[in-house]
Amino acid sequence: CGLTCSLSPCVPVSSTPAATMGLELYLDLMSPPCRWVYMFAKKNNIPFEHKQMVLAKGEQHSEAFAKVNPLKKVPALKDGDFTLAESTAILVYLAQKHKTADHWYPSDLQKRARVDEFLAWQHTTLTMNNGRLTMLKTMAPMVLGHPVPAEKVDAAVQDLNMSLKQMEEKFLQDKTFLTGEEISLADLVAFTTAAQPLGGGLDILEGRPKLIAWRQHVEAEIGEELINEMNQVMEKAKAMLGGPVDPAVKEMMKAYLQKML
Amino acid sequence: MVVQLYLDLLSQPCRSVFIFAKMNSIPFEFESVQLCNGDHFSEQYGKVNPLRKVPALKDGDFALAESVAILLYLSRKCNTPDHWYPSDLQKRARVDEFLSWQHTSIRPNAGIMLWLKVMIPMTLEKTCPAEKLAAAVETLNETLQQFEDKFLQDKAFIAGEEISIADIVAYSELMQAFFAGHDIFDGRPKLAAWQKRVESKIGQDILDEAHKMIQNPKQMTVSQTALEAYKVRILKLLQ
Repeated sequence: CGLTCSLSPCVPVSSTPAATMGLELYLDLMSPPCRWVYMFAKKNNIPFEHKQMVLAKGEQHSEAFAKVNPLKKVPALKDGDFTLAESTAILVYLAQKHKTADHWYPSDLQKRARVDEFLAWQHTTLTMNNGRLTMLKTMAPMVLGHPVPAEKVDAAVQDLNMSLKQMEEKFLQDKTFLTGEEISLADLVAFTTAAQPLGGGLDILEGRPKLIAWRQHVEAEIGEELINEMNQVMEKAKAMLGGPVDPAVKEMMKAYLQKML
Repeated sequence: MVVQLYLDLLSQPCRSVFIFAKMNSIPFEFESVQLCNGDHFSEQYGKVNPLRKVPALKDGDFALAESVAILLYLSRKCNTPDHWYPSDLQKRARVDEFLSWQHTSIRPNAGIMLWLKVMIPMTLEKTCPAEKLAAAVETLNETLQQFEDKFLQDKAFIAGEEISIADIVAYSELMQAFFAGHDIFDGRPKLAAWQKRVESKIGQDILDEAHKMIQNPKQMTVSQTALEAYKVRILKLLQ
């Protein structure tokens, strides 16, 4: 900077403090899997450099990001030279590497299996159906320029309801948390997916007192500060929904939506 | 006490569990659940797995669904050799990464081939519309390319130089398309070489047992209940 300084050497703005050197998390907090990775890292005080990605700007298609995740998806992790895709793999890696409290991914074989079971199940049920409904209700009208046919939305709502029913009857049952009496990775994943109201203020847990009670337990465990942080992120995301979408991204999304519809 | 594995060998995830258990000489009771018979709709099976899917495991009172969860549970409980699910965190993460990714890529995109090429003719007594099949093949090709480029690369197996649970799952899922009559190995020497490596690890005896149902899918007989359920699913697929 040209000034004579008694401190030496000058530390460049972009340098990463030694404690966080190595772990980078590439996240777009509009995406539920990114939010659950973020929440887990924050909740467990895992130091990381937050590499903010904006999917609506098509940043996942950059050549630089392809070196981190050739699947061009978020979240992605970089730990020194080691790169990793897939949110559930990232969660388990962080839990084991940073030796987080046992309840997150229990060492007891059967308790752990219950978490694995939920993490496997959610891919093609809760997370997929919630993602689809969110897409149809919020992104699609913006990209296509008109609302989606009502029967498509209704079908998506039905699918999501089935997932919520299974979540309640097969997983939660009469327990406090999804896999037992203590919070685990499964609850973080479900919470981020099932708890956030969609565009239009739709609370997908409405009319499901058991799941609403579960959500309250999870919120209490996560803590007000982190919940507020995530709510702020969601507000920002909602505000963006009316804003301009990168034209190239819009085209890609149009093609994707037309295929889906 | 021996675990019970509820399996239908027509199903890819069931074959993964079966092959893994056999390769590791894990003793188990084979509880047959024939999807084509509608066995998964029975009240009895509902108590084993309320999601009414296969595979399922019962270890005494402990019941477990989801093939990935079952594979991990068996590997830990039976202390299988390290390479199946490495204790090295980064190698393990590579296995987890694949096991996660495959749910929404290989499983649907290879799995659909059985529906389009076998189940549709069997259920609706007509061939699948050509453009539907073409679209499915294109999507499958993209998935196969991602599998080769991101997961296999120039390694012998997904996690490195040794076979793991990831390869068994990949193998079972990919072979579903192959047995349905779509040659995924045509023009893909890397994939074919990996397939041969995996098969030589599994061994012909176990392969023969695992594949006895799926190798002739057109010979399956479908009960009325199952037929009705399939029709609903197929009509949704064809929309």
